[in-house]
Amino acid sequence: MPDLPTLAAASVLGALVVYALLGGADFGSGVWDLLSRGPRATARRMLIARAIGPVWETNHIWVIVAVVVLFTAFPRGFAVISTSLFVPITLMLAGIVLRGAAFAFHHYQLHEEGSRPGWALLFAGSSLLTPILLGAIIGAVSSGEIRVNAEAPAASSAWLAPFPLAVGLLTLAVFCSLAAVYLIFETDDPDLRDDFRIRAHWSCGAVAVLMVAVPLLARFGAPDFFHALLGSDWSAGVVFLAASAALGAQVSLLLRAYGLARACVAAQAAIILCGWGAAQYPFIVRPDLSIPSAVSPPATLRAILIALAAGALFLFPSIFALLRIFKKEAFLGRPPVSRG
Amino acid sequence: MDELLLARAQMAMLFAFHIVFAVAGMGMPLLMVIAEAAHLRTGEPVFLELARRWARGTAVLFAVGAVSGTVLSFELGLLWPGFMAFSGGIVGLPFALEGFAFFAEAIFLGIYLYGWGRVRPAAHLLSGIAVALGGAMSGILVVAANAWMNSPAGFVVMDGKPTAIDPLAAMANPAWPTEAAHMTLAAFAASGFAVAGIHAYKLLRDRENLFHRHALSIALAVGGTAALLLPVSGDFNARFIARDQPAKLAALEGQFRTERGAPLRIGGIPDMEKGTTRFAIEIPKGLSLLAFHDADAEVAGLESFPPEDRPDPLPVHLAFQLMVACGTTLAAVSLLSAWRAAARRGGLFESGFLRAVVCCSPLGIVAVEAGWAVTEMGRQPWVIRGVMRTADAVTPVGGLIFPFAFFSALYLALGVSAVWLLRREVSQSPSFPLEERAAGAPKE
Ligand code: HDD
Ligand code: HEM
Ligand code: HEM
Repeated sequence: MPDLPTLAAASVLGALVVYALLGGADFGSGVWDLLSRGPRATARRMLIARAIGPVWETNHIWVIVAVVVLFTAFPRGFAVISTSLFVPITLMLAGIVLRGAAFAFHHYQLHEEGSRPGWALLFAGSSLLTPILLGAIIGAVSSGEIRVNAEAPAASSAWLAPFPLAVGLLTLAVFCSLAAVYLIFETDDPDLRDDFRIRAHWSCGAVAVLMVAVPLLARFGAPDFFHALLGSDWSAGVVFLAASAALGAQVSLLLRAYGLARACVAAQAAIILCGWGAAQYPFIVRPDLSIPSAVSPPATLRAILIALAAGALFLFPSIFALLRIFKKEAFLGRPPVSRG
Repeated sequence: MDELLLARAQMAMLFAFHIVFAVAGMGMPLLMVIAEAAHLRTGEPVFLELARRWARGTAVLFAVGAVSGTVLSFELGLLWPGFMAFSGGIVGLPFALEGFAFFAEAIFLGIYLYGWGRVRPAAHLLSGIAVALGGAMSGILVVAANAWMNSPAGFVVMDGKPTAIDPLAAMANPAWPTEAAHMTLAAFAASGFAVAGIHAYKLLRDRENLFHRHALSIALAVGGTAALLLPVSGDFNARFIARDQPAKLAALEGQFRTERGAPLRIGGIPDMEKGTTRFAIEIPKGLSLLAFHDADAEVAGLESFPPEDRPDPLPVHLAFQLMVACGTTLAAVSLLSAWRAAARRGGLFESGFLRAVVCCSPLGIVAVEAGWAVTEMGRQPWVIRGVMRTADAVTPVGGLIFPFAFFSALYLALGVSAVWLLRREVSQSPSFPLEERAAGAPKE
């Protein structure tokens, strides 16, 4: 049984994983909206809007859960990250605001008189930039370049380096791959399905390339993290799992075994994040701020963990209901029949 | 402007923006649920149309509330890392619980908005009720965090660090009940009157439209009930502050001297240099009577606090006067509408009264903004009263003018866009003329 602080850290990571799997895919869909060209562009855009309309706000809350648990369980960690990464966090917030509001406005008008190019472009563009910033923040926290100086805390430019930016691109690629595969399930039009299958191939390929490039860059940009990632006794397992998921995704996409493909891309995203978490452990901000030095007292951890567990009891049935109503077809893996 | 002032201004701007949408997120679901329940009970399509329209408005407002709320959760750390490092472990709990209220709201709003015809009518109504409960709960829970800043509890400070932390005691701090009750009522009053004003405006053009008549009645019933309770609830707040946060009370009343039988001041401009509040109408012994229910009770004035611990009474007093003026007006209009509705059929739909409702439309939200200015500026110079000064909480990062300018511009654009979208919604009113009521069919 892990101790309370580790459990709390794992909850933050868990919320991030769910955010990536659900909210991340909504960002990825926005990118596919941005890149919609050619004959079926409008159909793809409509499909994307319909797919994320009912769920994006729920999916978005996972990032709030991650932040809230972070600042409750590791208040000093939150303070240090907020100070040192002030600039990318502010930019990411701008992206979150623009994406959400533009989508809501655009979607709202879609009912009325077709889309408005302004909102649509804003929605799509911010969907592209926000994941890169999120990834860069995660990369910067691992890079070892953010030093905690109690005397003169200041904003850091650690995120503007090859390693964090590559993590940003990896995040973007992962979100795009999730979106492409999920979107296959949202339609029964063979052409549209094929469009997204091809996009899934490309984005999974990009994930695979970046999964090699990011550790290589870490060697120079984040040496301690690199050693933890590849030099621990669990490293071989993570590399093996990640490689199998990547391969499995490509093969199942080729075979059009979409259910399997979805399992593979989701597993791949989760493995990447958990691998990051394992290599980052026991640090919140490498190398100066570790879990024990930033953690809240046990009474707080107990309260928040109990709150999370109790909340989950209510939450999961509700989310299940939401998905069952709107994603029934996608859930069961069968192509949707036309609705009456 | 110095960086601390910029940080405060940015925080104020972000909150002033979020609270508008938060209020809508608490109040609008109740209105749409009432309309839908009326539809289920009477079978009249006009109520269904009303529920759908209100739900569509709620969707836009909710989206802006969600993103602006997300900004706040990060900005607490970005602007006030010292505050968060100290208090995250103490008051994180209500924020975490609030997260689940958000889930309830978002999930069931998704079902409500996109589920017409996909789920059974009763289930649809139930999801609307879940949205309303989720909205109310998120407001109530987050106010616990704010109440804790006013009335800190659940920890002991040792060597500048909190110890003996008890998150439940922090959440159940003494200021929470009065603040939460007042905020929840305020949200219903503000959204009720805002909506009532819009429909009253439409009725002035199209007196016989049943759609707007029902809308006005429902919105006035909700807003009016809340507005009548607000002065009562506000009195509890004031009496609580009188005991718990005397410096804030002194600031909001413009009370400089410590005296027995202190007067209640209506209007007036506190003058820091002279140490008096000028041009006020004074009701002898009124303040002692209201705040302590005893005409000769002693009220501590600002002079009894060291200068570095005093809030600035000028904005606090003016904001308080503004809130009370709005509250009094709204309560009076609510009484009037109750009387008119009881006196005769259609009493709510005469042009004089409709004009009054239109004028009252913004007062609720104005009072909310003013009330928060009272609470927040009245707490200065503390961010956690008596424990941490705002100046010690602020970020060391410089150049705060850039995020401030940036978010101001962004929010201005968002606000204008949201208003523009909703204005279009309002301008295309469905027509349910009075005569065709029996036939029950809308005439587009
Ligand atoms: C529609 C809105 C509205 C209306 C009509 C009123 N208020 Fe209010 N008031 C609020 C909306 C509000 C608020 C914005 O919601 C505040 C800010 C913090 C809070 O809990 O509620 C608030 C705060 C607030 C406080 C400070 C609480 C604190 O700092 O702890 C006091 C003393 C009052 N109110 C008193 C009154 C009185 C005596 C009213 C009589 C007419 C009144 N309010 C009407
Ligand atoms: C008195 C103050 C506040 C009230 C009454 C309030 C209420 C609400 C309500 C009712 C919502 C639902 C969304 C909507 O209606 O638009 C909301 C959204 C939100 N609020 Fe606030 N809030 C307040 C302050 C805060 C603070 C201090 C924070 C952050 C620390 C915050 C964070 C959020 C977040 C993250 C959301 C988005 C939830 C989602 O994604 O659905 N709010 N707030
Ligand atoms: C749960 C709710 C809230 C929390 C946790 C909260 C927290 C804070 C914090 C940490 C500050 C900065 C420190 C300080 O100036 O004391 C602040 C300032 C401020 N907030 Fe709030 N706030 C809440 C609700 C609101 C709302 C709803 C409004 C207004 C609509 C508001 C208006 C302001 C203003 C005007 C300031 C600047 C005060 C000053 O510096 O003079 N707050 N708040």
